[in-house]
Amino acid sequence: MKKLLTNDEFNSVLLNLSKEYDIYAPVTLPFKGTFSDTDLVKYEKITTLEEINLKDKSYYSAKEILLPIRQTIFYFNENEFKKPEGRTKKALVILRSCDLHAIEKVDNIYLNNKFSDEYYADAKKMVKFAVMGCPGKGWESCFCASMGTNKTDNYNLGLTFKDGEVYTDVKDEELLNFFDAGKNEEFEMEFVTENVEKVTVPENIVLEDIINGEMWRDYDRCIKCGRCNFVCPTCTCFTSQDIFNRDNSKTGERRRVWASCHVDGFTTMAGGHEFRQKSGDRMRFKVMHKISDYKKRFGTHMCIGCGRCDDACPEYISYINCINKLSKKLGDKDE
Amino acid sequence: MNNIYMPERGEILSIVQESSIEWLFKVKTTIKPLAGQFIQLSIPMVGEAPISVADCNHEEGWIEFLIRKVGKVTDAVFNLKPGDSIFLRGAYGNSFPMDTYKGKRVIVVAGGSGTAPVRPLIKQLIDDKKTDIELIFGFKDQDSILFKKEIDTWRKKAPMILTVDKGCGIDGECVGLVTEYIPHLRLNEGFDNLEVVIVGPPMMMKYSALEFLKLGIPEEKIWVSFERNMSCAVGKCGHCKIDETYVCLEGPIFNYVKAKKLLD
Repeated sequence: MKKLLTNDEFNSVLLNLSKEYDIYAPVTLPFKGTFSDTDLVKYEKITTLEEINLKDKSYYSAKEILLPIRQTIFYFNENEFKKPEGRTKKALVILRSCDLHAIEKVDNIYLNNKFSDEYYADAKKMVKFAVMGCPGKGWESCFCASMGTNKTDNYNLGLTFKDGEVYTDVKDEELLNFFDAGKNEEFEMEFVTENVEKVTVPENIVLEDIINGEMWRDYDRCIKCGRCNFVCPTCTCFTSQDIFNRDNSKTGERRRVWASCHVDGFTTMAGGHEFRQKSGDRMRFKVMHKISDYKKRFGTHMCIGCGRCDDACPEYISYINCINKLSKKLGDKDE
Repeated sequence: MNNIYMPERGEILSIVQESSIEWLFKVKTTIKPLAGQFIQLSIPMVGEAPISVADCNHEEGWIEFLIRKVGKVTDAVFNLKPGDSIFLRGAYGNSFPMDTYKGKRVIVVAGGSGTAPVRPLIKQLIDDKKTDIELIFGFKDQDSILFKKEIDTWRKKAPMILTVDKGCGIDGECVGLVTEYIPHLRLNEGFDNLEVVIVGPPMMMKYSALEFLKLGIPEEKIWVSFERNMSCAVGKCGHCKIDETYVCLEGPIFNYVKAKKLLD
């Protein structure tokens, strides 16, 4: 059902919704940015429309709502393991089209990669998604149109924000109960159709052809900080950690914590042997995962073209340039 | 739904020293692994580590693990004694394709601690009277030789070459790398009925496979086992991924046709 609400009416909807749902959206956290006097835009709980940052791209994605940075797998004491209680309150996440596509990519790994992860599955059951369009051609490093993630109709709630008004497309029956205000109004969801950045993804890459390429050596200047992985909405890797309580060393918890294929230690085996020691080889591994390996396994590219990796890199390494360079190289080979 | 991360309690039945640096831990458990699979062994407050199954008995309910002190978990295992609890999750990974091997001539080449994962395989193949088995074992030196008693038993049932890298004065044994002894095998009977299993350090597996290929053995007749940092063991954490392959899900046993493409 499509409806037009004033901002005040929409705020009443949010207020009622927040009794049953934690509502998450990109918000501005003043002075929390990487550099002094800079702000951070990330997903946080909101209760009013005014709190949502509608004009900027969020630095972090919405994935941490389903896949927390640190998640307790179980608590233990001398006698038993106990799984913690998961999300008890439902959640509504207001996000962009590319980020919703990212959730579908994460689903493949956490739900469909032979085993189903019950922590993720339980959280996913509690979450609904509200999609909002992006301004103009998106932001500087966006290339969602190239990745085909600029549009979606796989949402529970569609939102288009105009001056003082909100156009809503309520697809979810349960959410409909909260939308008795406003008037019926036909409209089309507005999505980005073109970005400034255009990326050509080479298809059917044979790893043998590119693994020893000289181009990867350009990326040996990567400082292995892993920021690109942590801001990526589709990066899903983690490492397990056991923590014990300082005042009772017989009790503790096993956690999983976000991990990065760029950071030292990711492939280290007992005894110290490590695969992909050079930064450039780690870049190659990540890039191949995003535009080749994942597709071989799940039939769709993993990268959703949000460009956050380019935004976050302290060495100004451009993943976009890397893919285009690779594409040109493989194209040249065919000529 | 089954919680894929929750380990179950096992009890250490015995700890026996196998070499100068490796010990064999026998653990009572209800888990029933297949030859070639691995288990996530864990000690709460320390962590988890993937350890291959060195032997098991489903009826008696135990698994053996060959463990060397090389990491956080394996260090902590050595603080345990028989009767203590240890925690297990699995069994994970694929297993040796026994149906492919049955009734054929199987050459098993194993190096160092790589003899542990092939031990259940060798036992099953020797028990199967229709399978003709031939063995090459390579160890660093005499102190590193594992499963000495079993090697003596196997030697009576199957042709075997036991070699150590350095001269160490063992009477009647060979000195040198396993690759040097591959041409000594009976390989003039055609390859149709032959399968080759190579398990050991990555370099040893690579050069052994190349040696067999040089002798004309087709790639699809060669099998290897990969070791990786298998952290979650259920295809989520990404540590063991190579290309589109998760070693924990599709491995650790790979046919050479696939293995040669798993580049890192």
